[in-house]
Amino acid sequence: MNYFPDEVLEHVFDFITSHKDRNSVSLVCKSWYKIEKYSRQRVFIGNCYSISPERLIARFPGLKSLTLKGKPHFADFNLVPDDWGGFLYPWIKAMARSRIGLEELRLKRMVVSDESLELLSKSFPNFKSLVLVSCEGFTTDGLAAVAANCRLLRELDLQENEVEDHRGHWLSCFPENCTSLVLLNFACLKGEINLASLERLVARSPNLKSLRLNRAVPFDTLQRLLMRAPQLVDLGTGSYVHDPYSEAYNKLKAAIQSCNSIRSLSGFLEVAPRCMSAVYPVCENLTFLNLSYAAGLQSIELTKLIQYCRKLQRLWILDCIGDKGLGVVASTCKELQELRVFPSDPFDAGNAAVTEEGLVLVSAGCPKLNSLLYFCQQMTNAALITVAKNCTNFIRFRLCILDPIKPDPVTNQPLDEGFGAIVRSCKGLKRLSLSGLLTDQVFYYIGMHAKQLEMLSIAFAGDSDKGMLYVLNGCKKLRKLEIRDCPFGDAALLEDMGKYETMRSLWMSSCEVTLGACKTLAKKMPSLNVEIINESEQTEFNLEDRQKVDKMYLYRTVVGHRKDAPEFVWLL
Amino acid sequence: MSSENGKRLPETDADGLNFEATELTLGLPGKSRVTPDGGAKLGSKRGFSETVDLRLGDNKDANKLGQSQIDAREAAKSPGSKAQVVGWPPVRGYAKRGKKSCKYVKVAVDGAPYLRKVDLEMYNTYQQLLTSLQDMFSRFTRNFLNEKRIEQVNGIEYATTCEDKDGDWMLVGDVPWQMFVESCKRIRLMKSTEAVGLAPRTPPKCSRTS
Repeated sequence: MNYFPDEVLEHVFDFITSHKDRNSVSLVCKSWYKIEKYSRQRVFIGNCYSISPERLIARFPGLKSLTLKGKPHFADFNLVPDDWGGFLYPWIKAMARSRIGLEELRLKRMVVSDESLELLSKSFPNFKSLVLVSCEGFTTDGLAAVAANCRLLRELDLQENEVEDHRGHWLSCFPENCTSLVLLNFACLKGEINLASLERLVARSPNLKSLRLNRAVPFDTLQRLLMRAPQLVDLGTGSYVHDPYSEAYNKLKAAIQSCNSIRSLSGFLEVAPRCMSAVYPVCENLTFLNLSYAAGLQSIELTKLIQYCRKLQRLWILDCIGDKGLGVVASTCKELQELRVFPSDPFDAGNAAVTEEGLVLVSAGCPKLNSLLYFCQQMTNAALITVAKNCTNFIRFRLCILDPIKPDPVTNQPLDEGFGAIVRSCKGLKRLSLSGLLTDQVFYYIGMHAKQLEMLSIAFAGDSDKGMLYVLNGCKKLRKLEIRDCPFGDAALLEDMGKYETMRSLWMSSCEVTLGACKTLAKKMPSLNVEIINESEQTEFNLEDRQKVDKMYLYRTVVGHRKDAPEFVWLL
Repeated sequence: MSSENGKRLPETDADGLNFEATELTLGLPGKSRVTPDGGAKLGSKRGFSETVDLRLGDNKDANKLGQSQIDAREAAKSPGSKAQVVGWPPVRGYAKRGKKSCKYVKVAVDGAPYLRKVDLEMYNTYQQLLTSLQDMFSRFTRNFLNEKRIEQVNGIEYATTCEDKDGDWMLVGDVPWQMFVESCKRIRLMKSTEAVGLAPRTPPKCSRTS
């Protein structure tokens, strides 16, 4: 087998980049395992509790780029209490101690403390890229440490984090000789920014390609920044409010016109609709447009803008665009692959501005559509069947009807047939979120047809354990299953316990699962951590086995119980 | 159905409607009412609270769903279900997106015996706000000023001023609309003769802001 010296094999392995493939390579034989182990640079850990920092470092000592995910997905919707876990610090501490040459860190739903950011900034001299998505626990002091100490920093990407803002000085902490920035995204920060420091930073960053500003950056600063950085490819505006008859506005128009490379546009966190015409020149080349935070734009302004965006591939927008507006999208954006329509009034279930009509229009006009997130007032089976016929390429299909158990308003039937059509038609479907009135039948269809499905989100659906069993038995590639408020219980949970070893995690809340069943599962499957989140007064000893648990989260792991669980998390 | 923990349920919304009769309600026609305390909206179509009803065991909507659906839903209810459904809809950061919660400010007119409240979120421009203030107070000002109807509320006779977070009073119209909405805490229509020390400004018809 080993006719080649190790260096040659290593060079060959360099071309193998996908995690799955590299994992396969390491299983071929002992020497391939060893070579792969020492040459592996990028590691993805989908659940930070499935392995420990020490084991990671021992397994891949050449680690340079780490992706870590912490809390379960439903934490995004306030279903997971604070302090549940997902702490970054132990990972930084271990990697620092072992002198790992970390260069990139991508985190999602982790708790990131200022201490961990400080330690990171001082321990890894080649550190280049920090991407934090939906994280919390840090302040702008932590960012200041990163700015000050990471001499080679190229990317600082803060997406939708909860950051305590200690006011603006962190930007001034980038040293004057720091000229390496390629990406800077601080749109989620709520506080003031030192505008002069920002301008100087952008002026000395010739490689800056992506800049996303927060609300505190006003219109005239934006204009000056664009003058300094005409090479930008991705722009997120901050506040976009000004008098369209002013000199400043004319200057901005001129500045934008010199930005020939912009392909991605977002922001408009505050927006004066009459100023939008300044961005029309960049629209014709845009591939990504995110107006999901631009609450100040009405449908008429949105459609006017979109009519210029003929090359758009990804569109994130608020539902105030309306069905008619989606019709404009359908007739204009023939290259569209991804559409996300967010609710502008999430709690007003009767008033969402888009219905099944908008979705049908887009499906008819945009044959390349493969990824959907759609919050709407209602959906019909007929519409879903039409969508399934028009677009067979869906990889992600997430539908959220604001009233979670609403039937087809035309026929009063559940939406089983509609979703059935989707899974039958879209053979490559990997992610599916259901809503509306649904019976066990929809799960029968999913189990029968969704053979590539990896992630399924279910809420207020189904009639009995059969529903869950159809999914567990039929979806061979299922990795993540999250269920809330469904009548699935112990029989479904315990039928095939080995299945959970093939999955990353299972979340069940407000279902029919009892404590006793969870205990049984935990006992029989030592490779799983079965955690109960209990927010009531009762302790583990007061709660009887036959009582239902409110929240259960189980996941496979090679390191047993975690040591950092708070009091309200019971490790069975 | 009783109100639990002060959460808004349908009959308290009926109370809210009565209260709103004395409040300024200058929304666009058909727009759903915001509860005065700025709490979560309950749409008039009640789609969302149907879920709430079902979860609390109220079967009055049973004829809309098949009985088996109702039964299944009953069976699915966990004990101690809450009046509001936590975590629905599944939108992250929904507080940051879309319309902000309503921004009610008190409006006082010099010499008027009562205050009114306006929701600044209902307007997009200064002109809209001033027009509705004019409508609101025109009957009053006509009486007060011996039948003389005021063409512009903040023209000859009155200046429209606002108080910001820092307690300073300023003439309305100098800053972009959104900035005004965010910073304004109260509005006062004061007689022009008293508007001393406030910077002179252009009349609202020439408003530069959007």
